[in-house]
Amino acid sequence: MGNPDTPDDAKRDWAVTVEDGIAKSNEPVSSAVADPAATTRRHEPHEPPRETLPEKLYEARKSIHNKRIDGPFRRFKWFVMLVTLGIYYVTPWLRWERGPYAPDQAVLVDLANRRFYMFGIEIWPHEFYFVAGLLIMAGIGLFVITSAVGRAWCGYACPQTVWTDLFQHIDRFVDGDRNARIRLENAPWTWGKVFRRGFKWSIYLAIGFVTGGAWILYFADAPTLFRDFFALEAAPVAYATVAILTLTTVTLGGFMREQVCIYMCPWPRIQTAMMDEKSLMVTYKDWRGEPRGSVKKAAKNPGQFGDCIDCTQCVQVCPTGIDIREGPQIGCITCALCIDACDKVMKDIGRPRGLIDYATLEDCEREAAGEAPKPAWRYLLRPRTMVYFTIWAGIGAALLFALGVRTHTEMTVAPDRNPPFMLMSDGSIRNSFTLKIRNMESRPRDMEIALEGLEGGVMWTDAIGRDEAAATQTVTVAADQVRTIRAYVMAPHDAKSQDFAFTVTSLDEQRESDHVETRFDAPETP
Amino acid sequence: MANKRIDQPTGTETVGHEWDGIEELNTPLPRWWLWTFYLTIIFAIGYVIAYPAWPMIDRATAGMLGWSSRGALAQEMTAADRAQQSFREQLAAIDVVKLRDNPELMQRAVAGGAAAFKVNCSQCHGSGAAGSQTLGYPNLNDDDWLWGGDLAAIHYSIDRGIRQPDDNEERQSVMPSFDGAFDSAQLDAVTQHVLSLSGNADASAAGAQIYGDNCAACHGPAGQGDRAQGAPRLNDQIWLRGGTAADIKRQILNPRMGAMPAWGERLDPVTVKMLTAYVYSLGGGEEAQAEISDSAEPQPEAEAGNDGQP
Repeated sequence: MGNPDTPDDAKRDWAVTVEDGIAKSNEPVSSAVADPAATTRRHEPHEPPRETLPEKLYEARKSIHNKRIDGPFRRFKWFVMLVTLGIYYVTPWLRWERGPYAPDQAVLVDLANRRFYMFGIEIWPHEFYFVAGLLIMAGIGLFVITSAVGRAWCGYACPQTVWTDLFQHIDRFVDGDRNARIRLENAPWTWGKVFRRGFKWSIYLAIGFVTGGAWILYFADAPTLFRDFFALEAAPVAYATVAILTLTTVTLGGFMREQVCIYMCPWPRIQTAMMDEKSLMVTYKDWRGEPRGSVKKAAKNPGQFGDCIDCTQCVQVCPTGIDIREGPQIGCITCALCIDACDKVMKDIGRPRGLIDYATLEDCEREAAGEAPKPAWRYLLRPRTMVYFTIWAGIGAALLFALGVRTHTEMTVAPDRNPPFMLMSDGSIRNSFTLKIRNMESRPRDMEIALEGLEGGVMWTDAIGRDEAAATQTVTVAADQVRTIRAYVMAPHDAKSQDFAFTVTSLDEQRESDHVETRFDAPETP
Repeated sequence: MANKRIDQPTGTETVGHEWDGIEELNTPLPRWWLWTFYLTIIFAIGYVIAYPAWPMIDRATAGMLGWSSRGALAQEMTAADRAQQSFREQLAAIDVVKLRDNPELMQRAVAGGAAAFKVNCSQCHGSGAAGSQTLGYPNLNDDDWLWGGDLAAIHYSIDRGIRQPDDNEERQSVMPSFDGAFDSAQLDAVTQHVLSLSGNADASAAGAQIYGDNCAACHGPAGQGDRAQGAPRLNDQIWLRGGTAADIKRQILNPRMGAMPAWGERLDPVTVKMLTAYVYSLGGGEEAQAEISDSAEPQPEAEAGNDGQP
């Protein structure tokens, strides 16, 4: 592996051929057996031929200065960028009325109190499967998208793409378009260049800071945190988070850019495995474009040249710096800017658009053979995408169902093990339990706890005295809280060890209830 | 170094030495590894200067920062104490009988008491406070109290102990031995009467007579006991030292009485209060003065005031 371009295989043939002409085995044999003299022969030092040296495995980054382009796909990219960045920056500021006992931020990950709010939905830590379900949906959603329209996620919506795009616009804004930027990069470090670079990098830093700054607003009340942050009163973790995210944003979006997609991100590799001959991808139609030749040459020799005039506009606008005409490759994030560029050129020279276009491999074969391509929806509606979509929608429906039927009243019961029971002075048997009652509504609620299936059983609690012992008790549970209650359950002296249950019912119009089986222990009577 | 050359199969330079035809390829360590290694050396030098490092004869070098694991522990303990400061102050200030009026303080006191109970009390009363019938340690979960089960009484018992020689008269009593006082039939009769008080045997007229003459003064005519002198109730189903006839006879002839150290001498007042709250919370806690019905109970409110400073 270390020497992939060895020019002549014979030189690397480690099998020794015995020279006597009888056995010409090509199996690797120990050189000592094959040529006993070789083991004692001196090794004469000599310089090896240059081309057998291993090639460098490290490739330095070539800076990319993509040219400005306008077109439908570019406008779509602007639109997606606007929407995604808008969602990211605006969401923490949205308010959502939840009453006096809960925060009024629409989307809030309240780590301190272990609550996750998303508009009308409130998730407790034990319901984290909703979040897990959302993540699974996001994963399978990528499958759906990839099998249907290829790497659309990479090309338009991935944060790395969006922020890289943003930073490239900054480059263009500060330093001018492609040629000016190339000139500036090759220019010596004059004061002017230092100033320009400093100015540009401060904009990078500002963007990074705003990115990290918006992130922390999801974890606390946004207006309060915003004020505290600049009053230097916020928690240290807030400043650390902003610092780290500023750094990663500037590094990944400002300097590494396409390197992240090509070398760091696992998703292109996974996508490559998920795409098939029916997935849409950006394709250069070589059967139409080749051989390349300028407009003049084509005019002189009609019929000899394809449509590609080798203007390299597609290469110049590419944000990852690839040449799409070399075929599908891992560096292509299918942002379709080359389509915009090529279409514009084709229009200028009066040839039909779509020399570079979204196409499936199957279509390419069909088109190259001169047949009409299938309509795009035929590719969207095929078993593979349908199966992915069904799984995706199924999980979504299951989550919605679970969300709809979940109860906001829950109870757990832990019986005391030591002592498991005790006798009271009148001979009755008492067991102790620790109940935890969960009120997941953001208002305080009265709950009725009842004993079920314990003959003659009464109970009292740590707050309700024994003189008020009864088979049911009413307790108040604070809004959005778990209340721990010590319950003392007493049964007459002749009670046997038996199973029974606690039930809890909310005393409001919802009448939510929970039912927990547990055990009553009694002394063994001889 | 003259024999440096490029080894052809690997394309790597040799280091230039040769021993009996064996040469060594020069494959230097990766630079990042080397730099990390140098950094660890620099770190180690700094560490040795700043922290205890070199072992000497009886101790290690102290280090410039003066750090030690014991010091760090002491610091953390102080910090933990300081965090509890306000709670402990509140608890020290409050009268133990008023503890229930402050549910939050009560809750914290119960939690603190649970920990203190495990350390100081569980050896006799058991980790679940269920006591031991064989050894005569009372169960603290039930509603039977020898000396009273309201906050003030529990606090007093813990603070001053039970049957401590140097204590005042409050928690003192002795049941006399009746060995030789009764003949066998009388012993059977009084035992039967004692069992009949709780409905565990038929009534015995002779036994009632003997009981009235010898036992009722302390245990009450109906066997209701007397908390003022720690005389147990005999008309309930809880028998600290066994409820069979043989157990009762043994107790009449050769009475055994429990004793408890005065914890006020060993623990600070706040811990005693926390223990009080914990024992009270086990399920048998009584309202002050509420159920001390038939026996005269002289002590509850009056002395609660001076309990705070033992």
